[in-house]
Amino acid sequence: MERIPILRMGKTLLVTIQVDMQDQTALALQDDLADKIAKSGATGVMIDITALEIVDSFVGRMLTSISSIARILSATTVVVGMQPAVAITLIELGLSLEGVRTALNVERGMELLRKSRQESHLGN
Amino acid sequence: MKSELQAILSTLRDDESSIVDTWLDELGAAEPGARRAVQPEAEELVKLLREALAAGADPDAMESQAWAGTRHVLESLSRSRAARGQTAGDTSQFVLALKKPLFNGLQRTLASDPGTLMPSLWTVTTMVDKLAQRTVATFQQAREDIIKRQQEELLELSTPVIKLWHGVLAVPMIGILDSNRTQIVMETLLQKIVDTESELAIIDITGVPTVDTLVAQHLLKTVSAIRLMGADCIISGIRPQIAQTIVHLGIDLQGISTKATLADALALAFEKTGWRVARSD
Repeated sequence: MERIPILRMGKTLLVTIQVDMQDQTALALQDDLADKIAKSGATGVMIDITALEIVDSFVGRMLTSISSIARILSATTVVVGMQPAVAITLIELGLSLEGVRTALNVERGMELLRKSRQESHLGN
Repeated sequence: MKSELQAILSTLRDDESSIVDTWLDELGAAEPGARRAVQPEAEELVKLLREALAAGADPDAMESQAWAGTRHVLESLSRSRAARGQTAGDTSQFVLALKKPLFNGLQRTLASDPGTLMPSLWTVTTMVDKLAQRTVATFQQAREDIIKRQQEELLELSTPVIKLWHGVLAVPMIGILDSNRTQIVMETLLQKIVDTESELAIIDITGVPTVDTLVAQHLLKTVSAIRLMGADCIISGIRPQIAQTIVHLGIDLQGISTKATLADALALAFEKTGWRVARSD
């Protein structure tokens, strides 16, 4: 089974999905990410789905649950680079990814994570 | 050649000018101007009919090569009439009026031969009917082409995505929103967001006459899709009546920025993207 690599950049974990997601791959990614966030103490998770052209409801729900898991482990998740076709499909499936933050590209995603980090510092 | 075709052909050949004259009288083209306008068409049709029959064309097989010239003239005639906005009835009336002069002519030619007269009349009737049918069919086709083209133009007209400012796009929606159009608007807008990396889109519904639950649902879908992409959306151009309708229908627009005018929306967009507008005096 393929595993999707998770890269660490400072306090941010970067996941780039470049293959069509199988259910098993998605579940493995969820497990790996939870482990990695807990181990590394990361405060931000960026999931880049620019190359993803097909999604189903399972992958959609996986994105939501990763985001919830990360929040419990006190990390912010941002999904970047969603293609128009993918966005339309998710809407048609009735998934609006409540609670998942999104950004147009990696740069904007980094900006968003930086801001949310600042805000949480101010909050503490 | 069959004797009735022979008779029709000789009638057409001998009485050409009187046939055209009676035809035009029959059309009610009394005034000289109107008469002059249709005369060339009438003359050409009579000439083509004669040539086709002389070449041995079979009136039962209108699709055959021998009728190609006649068909072509009839088609262009009904097409030009469709473009001028005349009715299908007028166009077929023009062809059907040819019956009377032909009947008269045949009666004169076959006065001494009643046995051939009847089948000749029948052949003429079916032939002219077929020609008239042809014009109506072409007329309708031409009209449908016009309607189709207009629909396509309207669809293109309704989906322009405008770059209003750096990172701010606007879509002025005009006309009734159905699923088909919303889908196209959504696709063009999302693609444009990717292309221009804009983080804000303004959907202006000033030109949308009515908002019902279905339209609202389409709008909500578009907004959700834009948010999924990582951009944000403002809906502007909500007229007072539409605001009332939205509330009466119980549509929930919570969490979506709405503004009364495009100007207000642009001001909000400046604020959200961190721009400030100042006057230089």
